[in-house]
Amino acid sequence: MAKIKFTLNDEIRTIDVQPNEILLDVLRDKLGTKSPKCGCDRGDCGACAVLLNGKSVRSCLVFAIEVDGQEIRTLEGISQPKLTKLQETFIELNSFQCGYCAPGVIISATELLEHNPHPDLEEIKEALSGNLCRCTGYTPIFDAIMKVSRKEKK
Amino acid sequence: MNKYKFIGKDIVRIDGREKVSGAAIYGDDIDFGPNLLYAEIVSSTQAHAIIKKIDTRAAEKVEGVYKVFTGKDFPYKFGLYMKDRYIFAQDKVRFVGEQVAAVIGRTPQAAKKGAQLVKVEYEPLPAVTNQMDALKKDSVLLHPDLGEYPHVPWFFPKAKTNIAHWRKTRKGNPDQGFKEADLTLEDEYFVPRYAHCAIETHVAIGKYDLSGRLTVWSSSQSPHTQRHLFAEALAPMGLTHKNIRVIAPHVGGGFGGKAGVTMEILPAALATKLPGYAIKLRWTREQEFVNTYQRLGVVAKLKVGVKKDGTITALDHKIYWDAGAYVEYGANVVNAVGLSAIGPYRIPNVSIDSVCVYTNLPPGGAYRGFGYSEMLFGLESHMTRIAKKLGMDEVKFRLKNAIKESDTTAYGAEMNPNGLQQCIEKVAKEIEWGKPVKSKDPNKAIGKGFAIFWKAPAMPPNASSSAFLKFNEDGSINLIISGMDIGQGYQTVMAQIAAEILSVPPSKIRVETPDTDRNPYEWQTVASHITWSSGNAVKRAAIDAREQILSLVERVYCISKDQLYLEDEAVKCTTRKNFCLPLKDFVVNGIMTEDGTFKGGPINARGMFLPEFSSANSDPETSQGGHPNVHYTVGAGALTLEIDKETGKMHVLKAVEAIDAGQAINPDLIRGQITGGLLQGLATVLYEDMRYDEKGRLLNPNFTDYKIPTAMDVPDEIVPIIVEVPQPDGPFGARGIGEHTMLPAAPMIANAVEDALGIRIKSMPITAEKVAMTLLLKHKKSKS
Repeated sequence: MAKIKFTLNDEIRTIDVQPNEILLDVLRDKLGTKSPKCGCDRGDCGACAVLLNGKSVRSCLVFAIEVDGQEIRTLEGISQPKLTKLQETFIELNSFQCGYCAPGVIISATELLEHNPHPDLEEIKEALSGNLCRCTGYTPIFDAIMKVSRKEKK
Repeated sequence: MNKYKFIGKDIVRIDGREKVSGAAIYGDDIDFGPNLLYAEIVSSTQAHAIIKKIDTRAAEKVEGVYKVFTGKDFPYKFGLYMKDRYIFAQDKVRFVGEQVAAVIGRTPQAAKKGAQLVKVEYEPLPAVTNQMDALKKDSVLLHPDLGEYPHVPWFFPKAKTNIAHWRKTRKGNPDQGFKEADLTLEDEYFVPRYAHCAIETHVAIGKYDLSGRLTVWSSSQSPHTQRHLFAEALAPMGLTHKNIRVIAPHVGGGFGGKAGVTMEILPAALATKLPGYAIKLRWTREQEFVNTYQRLGVVAKLKVGVKKDGTITALDHKIYWDAGAYVEYGANVVNAVGLSAIGPYRIPNVSIDSVCVYTNLPPGGAYRGFGYSEMLFGLESHMTRIAKKLGMDEVKFRLKNAIKESDTTAYGAEMNPNGLQQCIEKVAKEIEWGKPVKSKDPNKAIGKGFAIFWKAPAMPPNASSSAFLKFNEDGSINLIISGMDIGQGYQTVMAQIAAEILSVPPSKIRVETPDTDRNPYEWQTVASHITWSSGNAVKRAAIDAREQILSLVERVYCISKDQLYLEDEAVKCTTRKNFCLPLKDFVVNGIMTEDGTFKGGPINARGMFLPEFSSANSDPETSQGGHPNVHYTVGAGALTLEIDKETGKMHVLKAVEAIDAGQAINPDLIRGQITGGLLQGLATVLYEDMRYDEKGRLLNPNFTDYKIPTAMDVPDEIVPIIVEVPQPDGPFGARGIGEHTMLPAAPMIANAVEDALGIRIKSMPITAEKVAMTLLLKHKKSKS
């Protein structure tokens, strides 16, 4: 066991972990942060994406011990104190269906808009290419990001 | 003009905020505290073998392993339409990946370590991994006792063969029909197996408490059917429906894969041996690929005869299904298509043989489209080819032969009202059918492909839905139903139906995921029947509530009910303009009368629906006589495809799909189904297929090797078109559309490839590699 200390959604957390424990499992099972989902356990699907120091990573491919001293942000953090414009637009446009990929997609899209507030469609596709969605055909997700991107431009 | 306030409107999903904020709870998100145990399943490494011995001693010694169970602990059978499956393999395994034993650990790691140490000794038997081989006389038998298996009366298994069901449909005189034909085309089409690939894998948690009550939390499309199958399978242990409860939280995608019962039986059964503990089983992505239902593989032999003027005179369709080791659900796919393999065409002389064949591959089962995608790949490829051979435009050919209201289906029932002609015309117009498109790039060719489709819900004739509806103090509503919102928007659509009747906005209606102890019966969320069936039940519940409300107001205010109506969350009166009684003032606490007493009380309503006209009784040799399908939903699709002539790489420039929804309850959600379903369909033809080796091992059980589309793979443009020819018995005229959206994809691609390059590919998938190789072969042939 090793003690790690890191910032999770603006709160400092201290926890004991085994050196081989996966960040996704620690977030979900030990810290009660359930928005990152497991879809493949090997980095293919992106449902477990979280922001590590502002950059999206797949939490199933990160050892918990690696985030000692770092900052992690999940959908729970993004949703507070209120939902972002991007989230509200996803709701407005019925962008998601089953919703299981939504936490990961929102992480990727949030990261994209932070670095590139006015992406074009190709840039959006590129940014989301690591998040698998089986329901929506992606288009309603693109539409929402495009809408936010255009709004911000005005 | 829309005559409705909430029907036909693009209402925002009522579960949107929950899902987008991260608040939505899925099966694996539920906490069970420190008494949670984890199950790890030991899977068969053999496609067909006798289990000689299972040695669990080493596993039991692992620290943190609590117990180990094998088939001996659960000698019970289960199955939806045919009882051909055991909870765990008994004396035999019949596919690679079949559950042989379970190790229960305090942690997932301990369970996993234990499972690796369980030694299973097998005596291999010959394995048959292809349906055509399994049909041969000398083939090994998967189920020597098939003749004794209980099954529904509309299945016809052939004892001492691998044929689990044979649906025969005969109409008119096919021999005569082919004689009358001026042109006959005969060919074979091949469709491999596919995986659903919902992003959430299966998860179920069973808890058997010390009072003898079993609760199962399950990622499921079928909570009530699961309860029923658990009760049937576990009856020898004294369990009854009353003591079984299934709670179904949000589902991370279903597509048919979470219909019926597959792995959920394992934690349910295991829990009964571990009173007081909760037992969790979550499939890894690999287990999800190898041990849930898969879409069945197909070999189709198709013969169609036509007259010079384009009239279809006869069809002979023989479809051989690779249904896997257990067919308790999959045989009904075979049945459904066996009734409907004429496609949406008017054909006077028909012979259909739809044959369900056991193979040593994982069990086949429901997959969005329920067999119709597989059937339509061949049929719609074939129709395009025939039209071309006749020198007739294929859209005109389809318009000429497309089935119309009151035409008879292959099994003799009348076709329901439908807008197939409209769908074809609208799609043809939108894709600019007949107008050739040329690529500016000389290395690329562009072609157009067209296809039409139909599908009926496949369900027992007595599949029913029901609904409870209760008002709250503020006039808001809890709509208590048991269908699953697997992404299609069920909760929102049901809220809209109740909203319309009661004039309460959908945003004030709460629809929760179901719990079989508290929510009324629903058969299953499958078959695209839920908008229609559950919608009818919800509508009736809302009408019941309205009746209660208006009767109360009539009694208290002495105004005839005929003059009362609901508007803007209030009771109003046609003859007294100022009369306005807000619902929130009385739907729970009643109405105070002059003497201070109260009349009325909480409004609690109910509704149910069962299609009383449906019947599965028919002549087993012809399928004539019954009314097995409640109605068909029809549509048409077309696309423009750009192909790189060197690499075969394909790109969809534009895809159009029209579907007759009867009445769109929520057009935006239908557009969403078309956009998503079309991509799932395109994926089956362009990228995906399950590859097995000769030993029955799946070679691509992960998303690296089984490629589902990413954001980079979407068509440049998708145009969804909604046609509305009302379904007379549907809620506001609605019928289901969810599965249908992926049906035309594969033949559209095959037809577009031929249009662009002059090559006809008759086996799915039509990958870039296959296109390039076929093209290469064609050039070689033309040179030599």
